[in-house]
Amino acid sequence: MGNFCSVQKSFERNNSNVIVSNDHKIIMNADKIVLPGVGSFRDGMKNLTNLGLIDVLNEEVIENKKPFLGICLGMQLMANTGYEISKTKGLGWIDGEVVKFDFPANNGLKIPHVGWNNLMIKSNNLLYEGIPDNKDFYFVHSYHLQLNEDVITGMTEYGYQFVSSISKNNLYGFQFHPEKSQELGLAIINNFINL
Amino acid sequence: MLKHRIIPCVLLKDWQLVKSINFSSYRTIGHPVSTARIYNSRNVDELIVLDIDASLGIDEMNIELITDIAQECFMPLTVGGGIKTISDIHKLLDAGADKVSINTIALKDINFVTEASSIFGSQCIICSIDVKKVQGVYKVFNKAQGLLDIDPIVLAQDFERHGAGEILLTSVDYEGTLQGYDIELMKGFSNKLDIPVILNGGMGKPLHGVEAIQNGADAIAAAYIFHFSEYTPNDIRYEFLKHDISVRILN
Repeated sequence: MGNFCSVQKSFERNNSNVIVSNDHKIIMNADKIVLPGVGSFRDGMKNLTNLGLIDVLNEEVIENKKPFLGICLGMQLMANTGYEISKTKGLGWIDGEVVKFDFPANNGLKIPHVGWNNLMIKSNNLLYEGIPDNKDFYFVHSYHLQLNEDVITGMTEYGYQFVSSISKNNLYGFQFHPEKSQELGLAIINNFINL
Repeated sequence: MLKHRIIPCVLLKDWQLVKSINFSSYRTIGHPVSTARIYNSRNVDELIVLDIDASLGIDEMNIELITDIAQECFMPLTVGGGIKTISDIHKLLDAGADKVSINTIALKDINFVTEASSIFGSQCIICSIDVKKVQGVYKVFNKAQGLLDIDPIVLAQDFERHGAGEILLTSVDYEGTLQGYDIELMKGFSNKLDIPVILNGGMGKPLHGVEAIQNGADAIAAAYIFHFSEYTPNDIRYEFLKHDISVRILN
């Protein structure tokens, strides 16, 4: 995983109290929950399972409806299934799958999709308050979400349009990294803190 | 549309920010933490920090300094120099780096690339390749071992196969010279890799960046131009725009 530090720093810059933890009690006492993460879908689920966090997350996020922010892999893990390395069952909070970018041969597009790309806002939500449409955010990923339900809030073009953000009830997910996207990214994090 | 990145590169030596020419004759040019702060306020696309002493094995990685630099960065931060173990990568990521750049260890043991990318994800592992042209032939150069009889393109493909997420390609001959990027080197790499190439070494004016992108670079890195000329990353952005190259424009 590895980018906890960046995420933590971006919350602290917005004067929020954040604890990096896999401790069940701390998660149960939290007001809001953030799942960051880069790395593979398979290893992400394996880690959540081994740490015994799946039940705690289901209880706090789905039953108790605590605001939940998933960033990059953290968003992808909300899906039913991921196909990175091997077919893996996800948290199943969002009806969709996580698939690799699929381009025709020799189209010149590189994988991972890394760098700044436009977020086309498809549906307004509280986290996009004050965020203008079509601005650049920082992406770094090879897989993306494919949805079977309409929870899209943002799309981005790379070879084709893919889902770059979602929201459903208390769940928010971003394929890009708000913590690495300078002022506008920090503004999204601030909006989450102020939910 | 994905933008071509313009990435300032800062070199650390003796806790200071330095600038080199052809990988030697270092000059001290400021404090790295304040430099990082300025780059953050200028909204640069990314930042690369390379620790020269650590890469030469003179010093250990300077984790405290990296931590201080990372505090100023709300853009992606790549750190390289002196990485020898998986635990070194853990330390740098914990200090706030988003990606690491590896060179010597990857040359010694290609399986290190595989192991690192499987633990941290390919997106986290940049393999840097330094290149020197000798009698018309490009060869891989390593600060500690000198010139190696390895074709840089073959090495880059090998790194890609073993899980590298990006290649940082530096021309030692052009580095610090302001004469422009080694376009011939870049052309050779064009269409040879499926992962992005960041071209480094030689940018003296914004038009050089345009040439690099037009000849296949996915992103450009530069040091001298930002430290010693009146040009800012924004000047390069506008030059890109003039040439219809996709670039992040701020308002």
